[in-house]
Amino acid sequence: MKYLADVTTISLDAGKCVGCGLCVDVCPRGVFELRDKKAAIIDRDLCMECGACALNCEFGALTVESGVGCAAAIINGMITGGAPSCGCDDDGGSCCG
Amino acid sequence: MGLDKLNIISVGKPPAAPIRKTTSEWTRCDRWGHVKCRLTAFRLKYTVEPGLYSIGNPDRNADVFASANYKLSFDHLRRGLSGMNAWILVLDTKGINVWCAAGKGTFGTEELVKRIKEAGLDNVVEHRRIILPQLAGPGVNAKAVLKACGFRVAFGPVSASDISAYMSAGYEKSAAMRTVKFALMDRLVLTPMEINPAMSKFPIFAVIVLLIFGLNPSGIIFRDAWHGGMPFVLLGLIAVFSGAFLTPVLLPFVPFRSFAIKGWLMGVLTVFLSLQLIPGEGILIRTVEYLFFPLLSSYIALQFTGSTAFTGMSGVKKELKIGIPVYIISAVLSFLLLIVYKLKTWEVL
Repeated sequence: MKYLADVTTISLDAGKCVGCGLCVDVCPRGVFELRDKKAAIIDRDLCMECGACALNCEFGALTVESGVGCAAAIINGMITGGAPSCGCDDDGGSCCG
Repeated sequence: MGLDKLNIISVGKPPAAPIRKTTSEWTRCDRWGHVKCRLTAFRLKYTVEPGLYSIGNPDRNADVFASANYKLSFDHLRRGLSGMNAWILVLDTKGINVWCAAGKGTFGTEELVKRIKEAGLDNVVEHRRIILPQLAGPGVNAKAVLKACGFRVAFGPVSASDISAYMSAGYEKSAAMRTVKFALMDRLVLTPMEINPAMSKFPIFAVIVLLIFGLNPSGIIFRDAWHGGMPFVLLGLIAVFSGAFLTPVLLPFVPFRSFAIKGWLMGVLTVFLSLQLIPGEGILIRTVEYLFFPLLSSYIALQFTGSTAFTGMSGVKKELKIGIPVYIISAVLSFLLLIVYKLKTWEVL
């Protein structure tokens, strides 16, 4: 299953990539593949912007705007004017389990 | 079994914190807890104590696995370690599962380093590696953990049930072990938590509908409320069923990638089928029925983006940017049409 086409903010700077393969290892969506000892994005639309690759790429080759991909959280953020939040950080909201 | 039976106190300092013992078995009580987690807010307090646990009879070379302190996460790891001797380091994720907690940063670099130090893990094991569930990736920076406490993070398989295969393969993951699945059963178990929040607001909707239909120049007439309002209350239930159950369950089979469109399509279909059984009240009411309820289903289906394993923030924002104005305009328009209908029945228009 894939979500909307051409919306993901992921970007890969091949110049900085050393081909360590950690992005391939942490991506739960199979976005990357190692080709000629460099990471390559094989299908952008698979990316769900979880941010695991960017956080773990120590060479700064990957960037992505990650965040809570949940409608209720984004609506909350719109109403309160803050960042998307589903309210289950401290007081126990009703979203994740 | 007491701590003296564990082969960890041969050299060095004793562990800084107590080590609890656990097993890989699921009791009937565990299973019942898992069911309750799926159905109610019980899951919010279904936690285990953070800290170090032993499973089997681990020694100083045994592997260390990390988990969240949501008991359902912990239980899946326990079961995945069946027949092995290992250590489990439970992080304090405020009772939230690994993936959600990683996204929020509570299953994060800082918490992991803190727990490794508090447990005195460097005195418990000789090696310096810890295996994390792969879905901790959005929260844990492996390089930063290594720098902070000398432990090398290995991202294990997504699912604890693959741990045994992962270890037999020499700590190598196949592509399938790396990929998160979202099969029919995965979606089905999530639907109660889609239906519950929608149904919690349902009484307000029902009361408003019954009031609108019952309202007359002479007061609230119960017969009118019942006669005119019941089809709307029923269609409201149909919309919840369509958006919170049918759309999630049939997700890959409903056309289009947008959840709003998927939910709307399922809404049109279910409203159409239901209206074959509900007698018509004229063109105005039919218009409202087709305008409002499929979009209610669409709005509810859009909430499921928070539970899937493949939707991202940019996509949801895009859907909402178009969706919210459509929802608001249609709701207002439906309300205006109902007012026109009321004025007609009162013979004002």
